[in-house]
Amino acid sequence: MRVKSSILGMALLATAATMGAPVPAAAQDSNYVPLFTYRTGPFSGSGIYIAEGMHDYLEMLNQRDGGIGGVKIAIEECETGYDTKKGLECYEAVKGKKPVVVNPWSTGITLPLIPRAAVDKVPVLSMAYGLSASAIGDTFPWIFNPPATYWDGMSMILSYIGTKEGGLDKLKGKTLGFIYLDAGYGKEPIPLLEQLAKDYGFTLKLYPVPATEMQNQSSQWLNVRRDKPDHMVMYGWGAMQPTAVKEAAKVNYPMDKFISIWWINEDDVGSAGPASKGLKSLNFHAVGDNFPAVQDIKKYVTDKNLTQTDKSHLGKVLYNRGVYNSMLIAEGIRNAQKLTGKKVITGEDMRRGLETLNVSEARLKEIGLAGFSGPVKLSCADHNGHFSTFMQEWDGTKWAKVSGDIKPMADKVSPLLTAAAKDYIDKNGNWPKRTEACDKAS
Amino acid sequence: MDILYKILIDPFLQMGQAPDLLVQTLWEGLVSGVLYSLIALGFVLIFKASGVFNFAQGIMVVFAALTLVGLYELGVPAFVALGLTIVVMFGLAVAVERLMLRPLVNQPDIILFMATFGLTYFLIGFGELVFGGNPKKMIASELYLPSGAYDIKMFGGFVSLQKIDIAAAVIVSLMVISLAVFFQKTRIGRALRAVADSHKAALSVGISLEQIWVVVWFAAGIVALVTGIMWGARSEVSFSLQIIALKALPVLILGGFTSIPGAIIGGLIIGIGEKVGEFYWGPLLGSGIESWLAYVIALIFLLFRPQGLFGEKIIERI
Repeated sequence: MRVKSSILGMALLATAATMGAPVPAAAQDSNYVPLFTYRTGPFSGSGIYIAEGMHDYLEMLNQRDGGIGGVKIAIEECETGYDTKKGLECYEAVKGKKPVVVNPWSTGITLPLIPRAAVDKVPVLSMAYGLSASAIGDTFPWIFNPPATYWDGMSMILSYIGTKEGGLDKLKGKTLGFIYLDAGYGKEPIPLLEQLAKDYGFTLKLYPVPATEMQNQSSQWLNVRRDKPDHMVMYGWGAMQPTAVKEAAKVNYPMDKFISIWWINEDDVGSAGPASKGLKSLNFHAVGDNFPAVQDIKKYVTDKNLTQTDKSHLGKVLYNRGVYNSMLIAEGIRNAQKLTGKKVITGEDMRRGLETLNVSEARLKEIGLAGFSGPVKLSCADHNGHFSTFMQEWDGTKWAKVSGDIKPMADKVSPLLTAAAKDYIDKNGNWPKRTEACDKAS
Repeated sequence: MDILYKILIDPFLQMGQAPDLLVQTLWEGLVSGVLYSLIALGFVLIFKASGVFNFAQGIMVVFAALTLVGLYELGVPAFVALGLTIVVMFGLAVAVERLMLRPLVNQPDIILFMATFGLTYFLIGFGELVFGGNPKKMIASELYLPSGAYDIKMFGGFVSLQKIDIAAAVIVSLMVISLAVFFQKTRIGRALRAVADSHKAALSVGISLEQIWVVVWFAAGIVALVTGIMWGARSEVSFSLQIIALKALPVLILGGFTSIPGAIIGGLIIGIGEKVGEFYWGPLLGSGIESWLAYVIALIFLLFRPQGLFGEKIIERI
């Protein structure tokens, strides 16, 4: 009994000591980049690839170039499990270490960080997710969400459907089904969809999927079978996506009418076997590993076992998404170094670096990513860019590009975005006016 | 008036206008219900033997399925992997009895309940450590489980019966019958029922509590394995499957925590009730109601039978 008590006491002491220990500060000769990831939990099917891509690109820069501008990147992952509560714990754990930027990788985590970013002077990079209205830099100087918002995404999907139907006016009288994860992310484009339904005269059917029912969607798809939507759009994540594809096949929904936002991956779509052939998804970067930068990841990181990445994941759509995310971080740091003349930058410097980000085609070629994605240029007023995407189709074994550039419907999205930003300010009381100066480059 | 029409008239008109969809909804509810019953059965077995609500039943479903798929991915033939998974679940039952239950004998039920929380987190961490966090494809075809569907034309429409769902219904029915026979007709089964009635009385007639606990945790492990295979084949094997296990809670409230028939009937009522409710009345409430509808159904039943459909009415002298 005494031995047991002693062991228990020692364990408690050890735990208390660990919890009370000061958080080690990031080394002064490095730029600290925490990565909020989820390699575990219900959303790990999506999260693992992204975590791998984000980590490996930054690690490759460390190994190949000694970091950025001669300064190493201090990479640290914090596991959120795509849980907002855990994400906020991660934020609290890292903010004392002076991160140059945080990547929440969850709209749910991003939303509560928006008001904190300006106070803590930590820029938030919510790459193609988060609050669509945070694209407005004058209102949200610390939030960046390039290259397109969820509203842009929805407008581009509508635009693509319009092209297939022979014009947006042909949407009149049609039915559009929207199946989505019943969370902040999934609900994000609904205001725009409702407006577009009024403008173009189509009927909108909503099919929310609660997180607890992600793998139990037969009801939603029975509703789809009854309502017979002419087109289905999905904003899914994690285990919701393969289940939705399987259920769509089960109710014989035509896959060529089923379009996903940019988050569906090869495993998700392949889960239904040949039946998923024809399913489409938006994308804004290439798939595959045939890029010098990705080959360098192989050479400097995966071949040297400096990562947990399964080598077969290189080039997969969400792996490349992680690479794209880290490319934006790296270019933001590089730009901030150029602007300030400092090697080790602060969050404020990074904010300026991101605000004047200009990743041109020439620059993409320079960093070994020619043809990987379109150029990205941000400004003081526009933290998103609202860039074009393209449609890709699952051919049974891989994604194939099936469209040219699709532009967002700026005329429809912009007024709503401005109104949403104003609404956000109204609801959040003393929202501070922007005091941060704009750099000339922006 | 319009809302009353939508609640009281329109759903029934829809049922009459598209009877094929009604049959399809009932079928989907039946299949979900069968699977809920199976999960609930795992809870009931352990609750009967030890009075513990096993919070770890959900993660046991994931752990069993991951072990099966993980072994297969290591190159073990499917049926050998199945056999080895059964061995692993037996090992887990023994480990739970030795390391968790035995040291907690005579502790209040709440302590045992909390211990099952600990077991849950251990299995999550251990499972992720061994098998990784990425979802896996269930080896359904390798286990000769059927795929595809029978599309039956009826009422001017069609009803699609997935072969895997039919297989699930048959396998689960056989399993329930086997468990019922095992616990009703065998010596161990009678011993289990004696333990369920009174630990002390059972001990006094020479029944080994340790042995019974191993048997019920092993049986719950087998139930978890079958659930994992069937649900994994419908979707994928991932840690989110453990969330579905929470669906067993309204089933248990409805059917009673100690009744095997209760778990089965309760599962079917919840499964069919939530699908019909979601399909015909869900759109009135913005859809996505089935996650809480199951609890509403269970609560309505509780108003009339507080002990659940088949639960024992316990009268205690104060």
